[in-house]
Amino acid sequence: MAQSQALRWIQLLLKCTIFLSMTGAAVSSRLFSVIRFESIIHEFDPWFNFRATKYLVNHGFYKFLNWFDDRTWYPLGRVTGGTLYPGLMATSAAVWHGLRKIGLPVDIRNVCVMFAPAFSGVTAWATYHLTCEIKDSGAGLLAAAFIAIAPGYISRSVAGSYDNEAIAITLLMVTFMFWIKAMKTGSIMHSTLAAVFYFYMVSAWGGYVFITNLIPLHVFILILMGRYSTRLYSAYTTWYAIGTMASMQIPFVGFLPIRSNDHMAALGVFGLTQIVALGSFIKSQVSWAKFKTVMVVSIAFLLAVGVFGLFALTYFGYIAPWTGRFYSLWDTNYAKIHIPIIASVSEHQPTAWPAFFFDTQFLIWLFPAGVFLLFLELKDEHVFIIAYSVLCSYFAGVMVRLMLTLTPIICVCSAVTISKLFDVYADFSSKATDATVASPISQKTRIMTLVTKLTVCGTFLGYLYLFVYHCTWVTSNAYSSPSVVLPSRNQDGSPALIDDFREAYYWLRMNTADDAKVASWWDYGYQIGGMADRTTLVDNNTWNNTHIAIVGKAMSSPEEKAYEILKEHDVDYVLVIFGGLIGFSGDDINKFLWMVRISEGIWPDEIKEREYFTSSGEYRMDEAAPQTMKDSLMYKLSYYRFPSLFNGVEGTDRVRGQRIRQQDVGELDYFEEVFTSENWIVRLYQLKEQDPLGRDLHSAGEFARSSARGFKKRIAKKPSVDVRV
Amino acid sequence: MVSKIAKRKAEASGSSSKFSETFSASWNAYYKQVSGNLHLRLIDSFLVVLVAAGIVQFLFACIIGDSFPLNAFLAGFCACVGQFVLLVSLRMQWVEPFPGVSRDRAFVEFVGGSLVLHFLSLHFVN
Repeated sequence: MAQSQALRWIQLLLKCTIFLSMTGAAVSSRLFSVIRFESIIHEFDPWFNFRATKYLVNHGFYKFLNWFDDRTWYPLGRVTGGTLYPGLMATSAAVWHGLRKIGLPVDIRNVCVMFAPAFSGVTAWATYHLTCEIKDSGAGLLAAAFIAIAPGYISRSVAGSYDNEAIAITLLMVTFMFWIKAMKTGSIMHSTLAAVFYFYMVSAWGGYVFITNLIPLHVFILILMGRYSTRLYSAYTTWYAIGTMASMQIPFVGFLPIRSNDHMAALGVFGLTQIVALGSFIKSQVSWAKFKTVMVVSIAFLLAVGVFGLFALTYFGYIAPWTGRFYSLWDTNYAKIHIPIIASVSEHQPTAWPAFFFDTQFLIWLFPAGVFLLFLELKDEHVFIIAYSVLCSYFAGVMVRLMLTLTPIICVCSAVTISKLFDVYADFSSKATDATVASPISQKTRIMTLVTKLTVCGTFLGYLYLFVYHCTWVTSNAYSSPSVVLPSRNQDGSPALIDDFREAYYWLRMNTADDAKVASWWDYGYQIGGMADRTTLVDNNTWNNTHIAIVGKAMSSPEEKAYEILKEHDVDYVLVIFGGLIGFSGDDINKFLWMVRISEGIWPDEIKEREYFTSSGEYRMDEAAPQTMKDSLMYKLSYYRFPSLFNGVEGTDRVRGQRIRQQDVGELDYFEEVFTSENWIVRLYQLKEQDPLGRDLHSAGEFARSSARGFKKRIAKKPSVDVRV
Repeated sequence: MVSKIAKRKAEASGSSSKFSETFSASWNAYYKQVSGNLHLRLIDSFLVVLVAAGIVQFLFACIIGDSFPLNAFLAGFCACVGQFVLLVSLRMQWVEPFPGVSRDRAFVEFVGGSLVLHFLSLHFVN
């Protein structure tokens, strides 16, 4: 007795140690970005979250919920408080206040930067408990170790990646953990907890719809399999009743749970469980033959009523039809045809196959094996894992960013496989028990068994080692770049940082009026708002397609017309991203076709995508470029003065490998260059004032040029730029 | 849902004797289960009250034809539905406790769940 007690203590101690080191690994591998670069908010969306968090901390929660932001989407503004998921900001504000209360006044930026790594530890803990319910604690520890360092999850949770997903994956796993517990025990407490964490998830990420559909699907499959039990009833109905009511408290979600088709499956299954509960009570009282007729008639009747009701309600507009993002999940071409704005986001593109290996390494081929092993046992909770795997494998193939939701289940299934494998092959104790029985096995077989076991275990330990190696390499090299600061090398090979974005945003912040309006493509809206603190026309929220199309139209129109459009919208500055000098491929010229497409969607008569291609259908910038392209504002702003860097005749665009001629670029009459960053990545132009003599700006420019030709060279104030390649 | 089924049963009983037999057998079993068990009778009468309250609210919203403010209506209605399912869950555990969850624990969990539910509906009703 005492021995087993001691054994249990040792086990507990070991588990705690393993957990601590796992959390350590999870956090420290996410700190690469801070070490390589600095403590900075990454990419685009995190800048908005960061700005919103600062607003929350400065103005309090109630003002935050009622926040009307007039510094974005000028002149419309955005009802920010009602159109965001406040979970992330509320959590980090709570952490910030908590730390201050205990005498640790930490900068809010540091809280935001360290947020994702801290929560990855919690994810590992939740994954452990989830996998424990699926198999045992051995598999649980493996799954937790995998999720702690799997690149598929790290890609969205490195330090500084302050995005909704950072907290959402944690909440996803916690909710599923409680759901599995609730489903197994039928305990009201567990399903209430699942509902509470579901609420937290709803408050944090739009992907909550995944849970809203997965749990009912699980219940539905179980009912179809004839595995209905009172425990299932108790778990599901409690979760649904409390969870739905809770989810409606979030302003952005509002009445969607009873209005939108995305949520109807959950309601339908809720109704179904009530009927099944009644049915199973009747079934337990009467004979099968009698029950069968009753059942068949009732089911047919109810199905007809249900389907008809759903169609009628949708038809009369009580229930919103499925959203575009939903359709684009099933038909990968849907978005491209109907909603270019969704298709234009790179993370909504279908996943390339190598990405699966890159993000999960050897787990990807253990994953199907794990699903198969669960199929063999097929307990109630295994059905859940299988449904999750199948659905998410499909979704991850359709959209790159859903790789994130697939990664946890890959980790769980692979952990089940490896733990099963080790159960069989790492069990060296059987030799001792064999020896006590008069063994009929020959010495040779025994040695062969031992060798087999050692080989298999050795191989898999090798794989595990390679996995850790791969994860560390991927994290440090691929996923740690903040994309605000770009890594690069000097000519002598020493590492250098390209800091053009912050340079330009800082210039904006310091040199322009506080209420200046900046027009740029929507990708940079959040960064301009967050770093330069200037009013933007469009940003990454993309709630108003027409407004984005206006900016797209201005960029794809000739200078004069663009000036008119931008002046109508009170724009003071135009910002373009140009990578031609340094070879930065994510620049505006490469995104230009989306601007054309989106504005073509609104003004098909004025903007035609075909006109931006050469007659042979190529997308070119050199002398062969079509006239429409050469006239477009984007072309002019990107290449203005560019050939002058190369003896003034022809410049070489290093992204597209094409030669840009001075006579194609021409002069700017309506815009004035005010700032160009060190490597020419960010270029800022100011809209010229109207001519005081009443001429249009083009003829004024012509006049100035012709008069200057006679006297002396025009002295233009230009920023001093030295090229660093 | 339950009332719908019962109505549906009542309609079909004329056409098929099987329905009426099934119905009476279930009713008898139910009567046997409830008689002499005060707890179950208490739970069931509460269930009836909840169903009635839910139907009254729903009819009110339908007849008046204007469910504004929708959140208030939803809070009231969902509170009834939520309380109903919580109570049914408790009743199931009272009839036959789930493994690992004793009756007392089930009751405490029920109270906890109801508190969360009613907090939410109070918050929602404004």
